[in-house]
Amino acid sequence: MDMLIEIVYFISAIVFIVGLKQMSSPVTARQGIVWAGIAMAIATFVTFGDPAVYAHGSMNVILIVIAIVAGSIIAYITAKRVEMTDMPQMIAIYNGMGGGAAAAIAAVELVKVAGGAEAPNTTVLTLATLGAIIGAVSFSGSAIAFAKLQGLINKTLRLPMHMVINLVIFAAMLVLGGMMAFTGEIDPTMLLIFFVLTIIFGIMFTLPIGGADMPVVISLFNALTGLAVAFEGFLLQNAAMIIAGTVVGSSGTLLTQLMAKAMNRPISNVLFSSFGSDGGGADEEVEGSMKEVQAPDAAIMMAYASKVIIIPGYGMAVAQAQHKLAELTKVLEARGVEVKYAIHPVAGRMPGHMNVLLAEAGIDYDRIYDLEDINPEFPSSEVALVIGANDVVNPVARSNPDSPIYGMPILDADRAQNCIVIKRGRGAGFSGIENHLFYADNTQMLYGDGQKMVGELVAGVKDLG
Amino acid sequence: MIEGFTALYIFMLAAFTGYEVISRVPVILHTPLMSGSNFVHGIVVVGAMVALGHAETGLEMTIGFVAVFLAAGNAVGGYVATVRMLEMFQPKKGD
Repeated sequence: MDMLIEIVYFISAIVFIVGLKQMSSPVTARQGIVWAGIAMAIATFVTFGDPAVYAHGSMNVILIVIAIVAGSIIAYITAKRVEMTDMPQMIAIYNGMGGGAAAAIAAVELVKVAGGAEAPNTTVLTLATLGAIIGAVSFSGSAIAFAKLQGLINKTLRLPMHMVINLVIFAAMLVLGGMMAFTGEIDPTMLLIFFVLTIIFGIMFTLPIGGADMPVVISLFNALTGLAVAFEGFLLQNAAMIIAGTVVGSSGTLLTQLMAKAMNRPISNVLFSSFGSDGGGADEEVEGSMKEVQAPDAAIMMAYASKVIIIPGYGMAVAQAQHKLAELTKVLEARGVEVKYAIHPVAGRMPGHMNVLLAEAGIDYDRIYDLEDINPEFPSSEVALVIGANDVVNPVARSNPDSPIYGMPILDADRAQNCIVIKRGRGAGFSGIENHLFYADNTQMLYGDGQKMVGELVAGVKDLG
Repeated sequence: MIEGFTALYIFMLAAFTGYEVISRVPVILHTPLMSGSNFVHGIVVVGAMVALGHAETGLEMTIGFVAVFLAAGNAVGGYVATVRMLEMFQPKKGD
């Protein structure tokens, strides 16, 4: 039986890696995840043949079944029901659950040691403790990320001396963990304080980070959970956990780096300084004024253009305007207008968030372009339509070295011959920085709800016959 | 037994594998990919099962139960979310 389990774990590890590899193309991606799913189901099933599962009687086995069924049903229902726009926070919460599970595995083993069981060797105990820290931080941090994206927490909370408090908690956590790991003597009270500290640290660490930076944070927590799973794999001598966890740990780290790079900010900057607090000071006078345009006029501009580039941002997701955009694409193409979509790497709340929403609305992915591919095309397009995007099209990032977003690669909407911006109000963007694009001579503002305004554009184009 | 340098080698090779596998993924698949890798670490469920299986006291059993519950949620939620997203990237039939 042990041999069979080992073989299944081994094959699962291979399938997970191949599955992730297949996700690098839209054509094979679904197949990849389905195979990985089958592998995990089989791995779970054969684990019931592990003697360790029966080590303490049938009561535990019944509890295992109940826990699996309950966890699966709740996750299944929530994952099926969630709107596509809310997907980022759901990924955050499922990820947090994984981190919590890793921490709980460590907790069971550490409680055993505290209760007088023989401690594993120092290396294994150290890894288990590290996994506990990482997993618990990912758990509570992801919960905060969820609350922020769901709108349950609106403010970026920042206590006085926040960094100092975090450092103190971090140090206390490491000292306690180190004492447990190196002495192998664990006191129940100490263990409790240890876990409370790790959970508080995850909360304190995530609270000051703004919603715009959440993609990076969720990606980071994903990598951390992978690492925690790998460490607990060493504790339990489980190769599937070690390999799958490590693969996710490293790929997640890479993804986090790509995200931070797209924002042109070092990861440390994203994590340790909130955006709004150091911005704003460098505001200069904006030249020109905002010019308003009505939907029918904007529709005419687009209908008689040869090329239109649409730039969606988080505002599009909020307004649920993607279906109307698909309709607009259709009516424009019927008139022979070339329609392209330009996606900034950090548009939305997760990498690729916009792509998922556009795909949901039935917009083909070969019409969607990355920043480097689309930027040279702006000068040759008559209209750039910005909907719900702000900082990612702010030319200040190119021109003003004093601006907090200076150096961030942007979409060159200002270089299109005309720019139409759909915006709900006159306020500044997420970062609170004035957008010079809105004041440019070739920019016209279309004020109103994204979905409603795109609907009016569609009607306007249709009216032209 | 997986220990000492063997463990280190496994860790190193798996880390490079993860890095290489991801490095050629187009931006449009980043969210499904993050969701997919989120599902993959749901394998923690097998460890959680062992942890609960050999739990002895009431406290250990409670924590073990939480571990299995959370891990199952991670795996199933991650899977369903990923599949739902990827279904949108399927070429439309008859379009």
